[in-house]
Amino acid sequence: MNALPAVQWLDLFLHFAALSLLAIGGAITTAPDMQRYLVVEHGWIDNEQFTSSIALSQAAPGPNILFVALLGWNIGLSAAGVPPGTAATTWQAYALALGGVAVTMTGIMLPSTTLTFMAARWGHRNRELRAVRAFKQGMAPIVIALLAATGWILAANHKGDEHHLGLWAVSLVTCALVWKTRLHMLWMLGAGAIAGWMGWI
Amino acid sequence: MPDTPDTRPAPQSKTELFYAFSILALQGFGGVLAVVQRELVDKRKWLTAEEFVEDWAVAQILPGPNVVNLSLMLGDRYFGWRGALTGVAGMLCFPTIVVLLLAALFAGVADVPEVQSALRGMGAVAAGLIAAAGLRLVGALRSNAMGILTCWALVVATFVAVALMRLPLAWLLLAIGLPACLWAYHCLGRIATANTSKERL
Repeated sequence: MNALPAVQWLDLFLHFAALSLLAIGGAITTAPDMQRYLVVEHGWIDNEQFTSSIALSQAAPGPNILFVALLGWNIGLSAAGVPPGTAATTWQAYALALGGVAVTMTGIMLPSTTLTFMAARWGHRNRELRAVRAFKQGMAPIVIALLAATGWILAANHKGDEHHLGLWAVSLVTCALVWKTRLHMLWMLGAGAIAGWMGWI
Repeated sequence: MPDTPDTRPAPQSKTELFYAFSILALQGFGGVLAVVQRELVDKRKWLTAEEFVEDWAVAQILPGPNVVNLSLMLGDRYFGWRGALTGVAGMLCFPTIVVLLLAALFAGVADVPEVQSALRGMGAVAAGLIAAAGLRLVGALRSNAMGILTCWALVVATFVAVALMRLPLAWLLLAIGLPACLWAYHCLGRIATANTSKERL
């Protein structure tokens, strides 16, 4: 893949900045749109890189938003001509990867944090206002359903995989364990990794 | 909600705030959502459970990563805009370094089939984790002004629209979000009228 021209970096930044304001319920809810934009429309990264970015950010500590940093990292590596799934070997590749992180993270963070900063100040001052309470209460069921739908879309990503029934079962069991028990998430991620490594799923 | 600054635990400096959020973020494998309540309410007691629910609703509903929104809102309340920046920096700084190191180290072994299978297993777990985060918040709908049946109808409609029909988020907010907020506004008004007439009797 050729290096991305500056205008495409700008396009990337603006697209993520627009998604930032739509990322209600967390940036992960815009993951389907990012997949469409990055993989299907532009082909800057492949599907494997997209899903492994999400998986790796889930495995690492910290907010889930960091999958966006990993997407930027992979876009930067692609722009430097590093083939998918291989390590960067030059300083230029690392510089472009870090540039990708800066572009995607600033894009996804800046509009939403600015808006949150102002809206939260206003909302906290007016928290007894009927319109403020109506917004909170009206959006609550939608935000909850969005999380469930995102889980569904990620689980359905394995369609066509020979093990897809096993993967569905893992997603369902995880969901039930988190819902009903206090088991630490790290154990479940570790179990999923081992089950995958051993070829059970 | 009376503020009692003398008796209530609060961060004494921006440095303390930064490290508190860093520690919180670094504990959050597979998302910080599960850790944030335990750390801020149970351990540090910066917020009561009631305040946490109120702030969490705002952080959740505004665009952007909810834990980052929450750290921004709390930082702002303690130290103004400098505190807001400190909160966000604390939440993102160290986790970003960790996840990029993982990505750089991981790249060289990504084409090993076992590693890919392990990641696929972790991806299936991650899908379950995110769906479960939605399910665990369902309890918050019990006190919703719209009533539990309307809430469930909204949950199902949103899930079908996003997970099965793949409706873009902007359309979802327009088609389901806006009517839901207007309906909640109506319901809150009815509750307020009912309460006033009860008081008159």
